[in-house]
Parts: sequence; structure tokens; C-alpha cells
Amino acid sequence: MPFLSPEDFAKQKVAAIQEYAILSWRAIANIFSAPRYWADIYTQMDSIGVGSMPIVLLTGFFTGGVLALQSATALKAFGAVSMTGNLVSLSMVKELGPVLTGLMVSGRNASGMASELGSMKVTEQIDAMRALGTDPVRKLVTPRLYATVFMLFFLTIVADAVGTAGGALVSVAMLNLNPSSYFHSSIRALEYPDVVQGLTKPFFSGFIIASVGCFFGMTTKGGTQGVGRSTTQAVVVSSVFIIIVDFLVSRLMIGIFGR
Amino acid sequence: MAEGLLTSNLRENNGPGADEPVVAFDNVSIIFDVKPVLNNISFVVQPGETRIILGPAGGGKSVLLKLVDGLLRPDSGSIHVFGEDITTMSERDIFRLRARIGMVFQESALFDSLSVEDNVAYRLYEEGVPPEEAHQRVLEALRFVELEQAISKFPPELSGGMRRRVSIARAIISKPDLILYDSPTGGLDPITSTTIIELVLKQRDVSHTTSLLITHRLQDAFALAMNHFDTATGRMKPNPNGELDQTTKFLVLNEGQVVFDGTTLELVHSKDPWLRDYLS
Repeated sequence: MPFLSPEDFAKQKVAAIQEYAILSWRAIANIFSAPRYWADIYTQMDSIGVGSMPIVLLTGFFTGGVLALQSATALKAFGAVSMTGNLVSLSMVKELGPVLTGLMVSGRNASGMASELGSMKVTEQIDAMRALGTDPVRKLVTPRLYATVFMLFFLTIVADAVGTAGGALVSVAMLNLNPSSYFHSSIRALEYPDVVQGLTKPFFSGFIIASVGCFFGMTTKGGTQGVGRSTTQAVVVSSVFIIIVDFLVSRLMIGIFGR
Repeated sequence: MAEGLLTSNLRENNGPGADEPVVAFDNVSIIFDVKPVLNNISFVVQPGETRIILGPAGGGKSVLLKLVDGLLRPDSGSIHVFGEDITTMSERDIFRLRARIGMVFQESALFDSLSVEDNVAYRLYEEGVPPEEAHQRVLEALRFVELEQAISKFPPELSGGMRRRVSIARAIISKPDLILYDSPTGGLDPITSTTIIELVLKQRDVSHTTSLLITHRLQDAFALAMNHFDTATGRMKPNPNGELDQTTKFLVLNEGQVVFDGTTLELVHSKDPWLRDYLS
């Protein structure tokens, strides 16, 4: 691999950011003009949303469970084990539900998008699509973007719910807590700003997963090796972005709502 | 020698009169990173002409074809297709223009996840053609490439030659005014290559469609220049008295520059040492 001068390296990165911004903007704007590929949007919703359900259920459930286990140990020192439900639901709804769902869906779907579109790119299928009069951004990127944003919102709600249920199972079966008291404290702990904060994050994460996955797929170069590289980069970049954006959104929401 | 590729008693027949060029390149250059791939290329392709593009690998032939279809934009110069300057057109306008162009890609570029029928009908579905009409036109196109029986198969189930034929069916289904063939015989055995060339010839002689064709096989190029499609037998036959097809012309590229632009006779009689070496 040739050594790049700092200037060329910087130019490459700026060009990549510009390309990413243009791709994202076109993917968003395409929905406001014809043709719209509704069938592709529904197919992607099924593939991304329903397909990701098992991993989201498992991750959410066991995260809630382990959260209850760990927090009970700490709360015991203060004689506040009954507050376990409070801690689990707040953590799941505000933070762990959105972030873990984002990361799991990123691992499954950003990689899938990058490898699928990357394979199409290196086998000239994207060029063929353009040659046949179809805008590949409209046909391939826009459906994935809207489907991911839409489905991640509901997957996060599912993760929050099963996480709280996982915490309940551990609290009742292993910590001998009263189920009614657990659920009561869980619900009482949540306020409107917490729910808004937790359900705002999936919109950003969904956008990141689809736009980063599609960007690396559409810019794949270098045959099968390039497809592998794009897939890895898509997962790494989208995961890091999700965590960074999560911090920024949390800070913004705390600034707005004060909690 | 190059003359040996042609039979004796060469005689040119008269081609159609020249109208407005279908494709016109004017001092076109394109650079990838820092390497010039095409350098000040100029040529024209007249209606009904079959332009065969020859040259060593890496000479910019595929890039030239992608420029014609607007899949790449040149760094300088202008490209007119059907009289419209595509270098200044928006992508949306180029999509409209592409409805008149069919393209056969080097490795077929069929959509792996779609059946042969859906691949061939892709453009028709995009244009909103009713499914029943689309099905009939797919059958017609597959009959043209003699691959009707493969209609429900998927690309990975097809051989290289069959994929290429499906790709030709996909390119011709909308009855385009210009067809671009990017190495349609590349990587195929001689018998399958002849079948593909026969299809190109059939398309040329039956529909008289203007086309640009890249090939690395000189025998394919000269087969196009010296044969015609016999509709009675449905097979390729040599032109009577060794006549050359006047609508078939050659463009030879080397290292991003035009080395030759002219008729078959001019090509085989060229005194250019590099060209003579290449053709031998």
C-alpha cells in the first residue's frame, strides 16, 4: 500500500465526508419525489426489523437480568434492594435499551448492507442498475435508511420491555423481591423526559447504521477483499458513531429536560 | 499478417448515408488518481454503424464505453450521444437518455437475487409495463438469444455463456437505439464466443442497431466484418464474394490514445508498425 502524504490523506478524508454527506442527503430527500420503492422499503423492514428481533430479545432480556443482579449487590449495602426495579427501568429505557439495540442492529445490518451493496458494486450490478435507468441511491439506500430508522424505534421499545422483564425475573427468582413492588418502582421511576430521551436515540442510531452501512457498500473498491474491508469498516464506524451520538443526545436532552 | 484474417477478393459495399452521429467524442480525457486513462480521444459513430473497439488490456476501452453511457464523467472534452451533450447533463436527464441505450457488461452484471425473467424485465418493470406484456416481451427477448428454457433460473445457476446471453436479452428488450457491448466474449470458450458473436451479428442485421463493441479476440472482430446473419437458416454466413460489411468500423486504443479510426480495409492495410504488430 503506497504511503500517503498528510495533505493527500486529509484530502481523502474530507472527500469521503463530503461523499457521505451527499449520499445521506440524497437518501433522505428521495422519499419526497417519485419513484418511491415501497415494496423495497417493506422488504427491508422485514429483513431489518423482524430479522433482528431474536438478537434484540436475547440481548435486552439478559441485559435487564444482569443489571438487576449487579445493582442489587450495590443497593444491598444501602438497604435499598427494593429500588432494583427503579434502577433497571431507568437504565434500560434511557441508555442500555437504545444503545445496545443500536449496536446489535449495527453488527447485524450495517455489515449486511455494506457486504450486499459492496458485492453489487464490485460485480458492476450498481452500474448495471444505473445503465437500466434506475437511481441506485433511490432503489437501494433510501429503503434501507427509512426501514432502519422506523424499525429501530420499535425494536428499542421491545428491548426496553424485555429488559425490564429480565430484571423482574432475576429480582423475583433470585433476589426474592415482590413482583408487584418491582414493577411498581419500575414504572414510578420513569418520567416523560426519560421516555423521550430513550426513544429519540433510535432515530439517530438508525440513521447512522443505514447511512454508514450503505456508504461503505456503495464506495467499495478492490474485489472481494474490498467487500470484506467495507463490511468491517461499516460495523466499526457505525458502532463508534452510535456511542458518540448517544453521549451528545443524552447531554442535549439533559440540557433540555434537566434530567 | 492482418490481411490474412480476411479472405481474398475484398470488395467494399456501400453503407447507409451518414446522418447526425449517434456518438461523438471531442477531445475527451479522463484521469483516475494521477493516471490519465483516456487522453484527448475524438471519434464519431454514425447511425447503424457497428464500431469495434480493439486494444491491449488496460487501454481505457471499458472506461470509454462507460463514458458513452454517462456512468463516468470526463475530466475534459465533450461527449454527444444522440446529439445531446451528456457531459453537462444532470444525472436525472442522463437516466432519460439511457432508456435509448442498452449495455452488456464485461461480467454480465446480472442481479444475483433476481430470476432470469426479472433480470430481463427489469427495465420494463421500472417503466411500469404491465406484467403480462412484460412477460411476453421477456419471452421474445429470450427467444432471440435462444434461452427461453432458462426463464425461471437464477444467475448463479447459469454458465458464463448463458449469463452473457441473458445480459444481451436484458440490453435489447427495450429495443434500444444504441447497444454497448463490453467484451461480450471475454473469458468464454471459442464455441460459446462464436454463439455470442452470432447474436451480436443477428442484432446488427435484423434490427440495424448502432453499436459499440469491445473485444480482445481479433477473429470475433473480423467475423463481424465479414459475415452476415442469414434469417432463413438462423445462422451466421460469410458475405458473398468476401465483401466487407461497410457499417462495421474499427477504433484501436493504446495507452489511452486513439491509434486507429477507420474501416476494416484501412485497418488491415495500415502501415503503422505498432498496429501491424498488434494485429499479427
